[in-house]
Amino acid sequence: MSQLQYFLALVAGGLCTAGLALSFATPLETGLLLKAFLAVGAFSLIRLWVPLGLWLDGAMAVLGAVAVLTALGVYVPAPAFFWMALISAWLFAWLFVERLSRALAPATRDNAGLGLLIPIVFGVTILVVWEVVTRGANVPQVILPPPSMIWARITSSVPTLLADFQQTFLKAVLIGYALGCGLGFVVAILIDRSPFFKSGLLPLGNFVSALPIVGVAPIMVMWFGFDWQSKAAVVVIMTFFPMLVNTVAGLNAASSIERDLMRTYAASYWQTLLKLRLPAAAPFIFNALKINSTLALIGAIVAEFFGTPIVGMGFRISTEVGRMNVDMVWAEIAVAAVAGSLFYGVITLIERGVTFWHPSVRGA
Amino acid sequence: MNKAFPIIIVLIGLLIVWYAAAIGMNAQWQNDVYRRAGTTDVPMTQFVQDTWNQEKPVLPTMHQVMGELWNTTVLVAPNKPRSLLFHAWVTFSATALGFLMGSVLGIALAVLIVHSEAMNRSLMPWIVASQTIPILALAPLIVVIGFNIFTGTLGIPTDPARLMSKAIISAYLSFFPVAVGMVKGLRSPEAIQLDLMHTYNASPSQTFWKLRWPASVPYLFTSLKVGVAASLVGAIVGELPTGAVAGLGARLLAGSYYSQTVQIWSALFAASILAAILVISVGLVEKLVARQMGARPA
Amino acid sequence: MLLSVTTASSAAIEDKGPLPATVVSAADLSLTFATNDGPVHALSNVNLSIGKGEFVSFIGPSGCGKTTFLRTIADLEQPTSGTLLINGMTPRQAREKRAYGYVFQAPALYPWRTIEKNVALPLEIMGYSAAEQAERIKRTMDLVNLSGFEKKYPWQLSGGMQQRASIARALAFDADLLLMDEPFGALDEIVRDHLNSELLKLWARTQKTICFVTHSIPEAVYLSTKIVVMSPRPGRVTDVIESTLPAERPLDIRETPEFLAIAARVRDGLRAGHSYEEHA
Repeated sequence: MSQLQYFLALVAGGLCTAGLALSFATPLETGLLLKAFLAVGAFSLIRLWVPLGLWLDGAMAVLGAVAVLTALGVYVPAPAFFWMALISAWLFAWLFVERLSRALAPATRDNAGLGLLIPIVFGVTILVVWEVVTRGANVPQVILPPPSMIWARITSSVPTLLADFQQTFLKAVLIGYALGCGLGFVVAILIDRSPFFKSGLLPLGNFVSALPIVGVAPIMVMWFGFDWQSKAAVVVIMTFFPMLVNTVAGLNAASSIERDLMRTYAASYWQTLLKLRLPAAAPFIFNALKINSTLALIGAIVAEFFGTPIVGMGFRISTEVGRMNVDMVWAEIAVAAVAGSLFYGVITLIERGVTFWHPSVRGA
Repeated sequence: MNKAFPIIIVLIGLLIVWYAAAIGMNAQWQNDVYRRAGTTDVPMTQFVQDTWNQEKPVLPTMHQVMGELWNTTVLVAPNKPRSLLFHAWVTFSATALGFLMGSVLGIALAVLIVHSEAMNRSLMPWIVASQTIPILALAPLIVVIGFNIFTGTLGIPTDPARLMSKAIISAYLSFFPVAVGMVKGLRSPEAIQLDLMHTYNASPSQTFWKLRWPASVPYLFTSLKVGVAASLVGAIVGELPTGAVAGLGARLLAGSYYSQTVQIWSALFAASILAAILVISVGLVEKLVARQMGARPA
Repeated sequence: MLLSVTTASSAAIEDKGPLPATVVSAADLSLTFATNDGPVHALSNVNLSIGKGEFVSFIGPSGCGKTTFLRTIADLEQPTSGTLLINGMTPRQAREKRAYGYVFQAPALYPWRTIEKNVALPLEIMGYSAAEQAERIKRTMDLVNLSGFEKKYPWQLSGGMQQRASIARALAFDADLLLMDEPFGALDEIVRDHLNSELLKLWARTQKTICFVTHSIPEAVYLSTKIVVMSPRPGRVTDVIESTLPAERPLDIRETPEFLAIAARVRDGLRAGHSYEEHA
């Protein structure tokens, strides 16, 4: 074990021992699982003499999480040994991750499943700590509601969330995204033949990507009304330029040898475009599609801050914040996060299918 | 000069399209005005002139926006709420503070990730995934809650509290690109260069300062440029839900409440100019640093 | 010794009977690139004619214009002055008639196409029917010994196999002239030897005219019926050597005195060009 691991193990075991000692002050039958965890944790100090496997640390972390979660509300207010148990459970999780990643380090690729386990452990740890701290320490719900409450809110307001999702994602985001990306692509193909237009438009396109384009939202609301059309218009403007710039760059990505080859065949412009330059541009185009998937969602949500009919994710977020219904805001954000990563994930999957040959995809 | 020529031509083209569109988009309102005033047979030149100079046009023209910019910057003392410089300053201070916090945090996290396998494996997937979700949606929450905590629990006066809560959004938005870019940069030295340091028996800190850090500088500045632009967006969006009266975002919102299109456009232009200044400043620092590090001036 | 090689080579020509038809003829061909550091004379007054069925190697240090000459034939560069005819046509006309196949330094296979689809690329562009394409793919894949790898992607093959595939691609549309620009330069010597002897067999079977640019003296001598020695600044032809080696060339021909004599003459030519540069 490394120094850090040794230290973690020692502190985790020590905290359990101290917590166990403190817990004797309470009636024996309360919080049995918590006390059991503290006892086993204290016992884990035998690793000073007998080495313990890393999976044992993982099991300790799980036991600790379950013990702390079930002990929530048993003691009011939560005593010191409760927090000690939480901290040592967290330390066991850390130790487990630390040891697992050390063990995985030499064989990076073969252990995809185990590699995935580590971020999951991290995510679950965050959720457990969040839940336990907000409920154990009675953090006001206005500041941070516990995950369980957010989940309850999600399940109880499915119709509202669905309506918002439909308004913002299925209408504004998808339509705006398709139009914006399509337009950027077509314009890129059109200006491709004119070096003059390319050298005139490209710097502008690059410049625009640094600007706070979401600011056009109030103008679009004024032009296209309160409904989804104005949000889609914002999305079109936001997604147009990344697509334009990336497609133009991608069309220049084919190497000079590959172009010379087409020239030796006396291939026409369109033959070269279809058979060489567009396939070579695919990784760039997909890059824009991925960037745009996030931009589109941001654009639609922020545009709704400027006024909507009474439905939509951005509308819900801004009004529920005003009413201090923070759990609803978090529920809406959770939906946005899931929608965003699924959108991105789908595009990545298509990308893998189309640009299977690219070194970044085939892992060369 | 040769490079600028096509850009200027394209800009002139856009300007022409803009003015032409203004005639079409403002025509209906102008016709209504004439009808109400009972005016008929307006000559074409007069009609065009009028569409270009309405008070609340659907599409204001370039000279109206520029005029508004001039009126609200040069002709007003910069400490008055009527001055756009005042609003720009409010937005800028939140942007700069947030950008600073976000970059420092991003760099620090990147250093941790590069040096700890456990951190890398636990954090990196989440940081990458968080780039795919619309974190800007959190802005109203952070602003309102942050503002309440700062003024309530911590007892900070309202103005610094408002600044801090906007800066947190800015920091949050610039943090991710900087962290990801820095991880890439700190990992950019090739195996052969790391092997060289290994043959010298260099300590981790020597390898860091003599190899990884200098190698990461180009990546750092690329992500700083993205980060500063994101920070500005964060600050502007952070000004929307607070009912804030100061800042370019508040100007946008107020303009949209009262249909003051010229005001919206001028705020938008001011925000764009601010963005350009910020990105160009980072670019200038990049050039200076590159020269310091012996790069060939391009 | 120089004399003896020359005499032998003229004898070799007489052996073949009447002079073959000219495929490439260059007269006073010059090409100057304008660069930031002033003009670069890539080719200066090159006079050369290449007959049908010849295997001509161009050898010389980098910057001698051998690749530029090949690219000029292929209409990838425009000459500044002089004339260049391919089968009696200008390079542009020749290119539009698809008169030659070009093999580059790198395989330049498209990674998104399988090997057979890569070979089919010129056929698609030139509008061959699907049946014709399939037939030609099969024939050329056999010719370069790549049968069985049709469905593989380029990045699944070794460098030598990739370059063979690119040769197949150049052969697929049956141009009489094959232009090869250091096709085996990036391969290791063992693979290169193997491909060299395969290329000779291919040449014998197809009767094509081949222009071959190389850095390697043994490669040039082993492959060629004619070796064009070039030197840089300005790029020009310093010697043209007719090979006296027999048509049948096993790899161990490289140890025979005849082979070594020709190699020595090539080396002398290269050295002469080099010393010229040092005095200038």
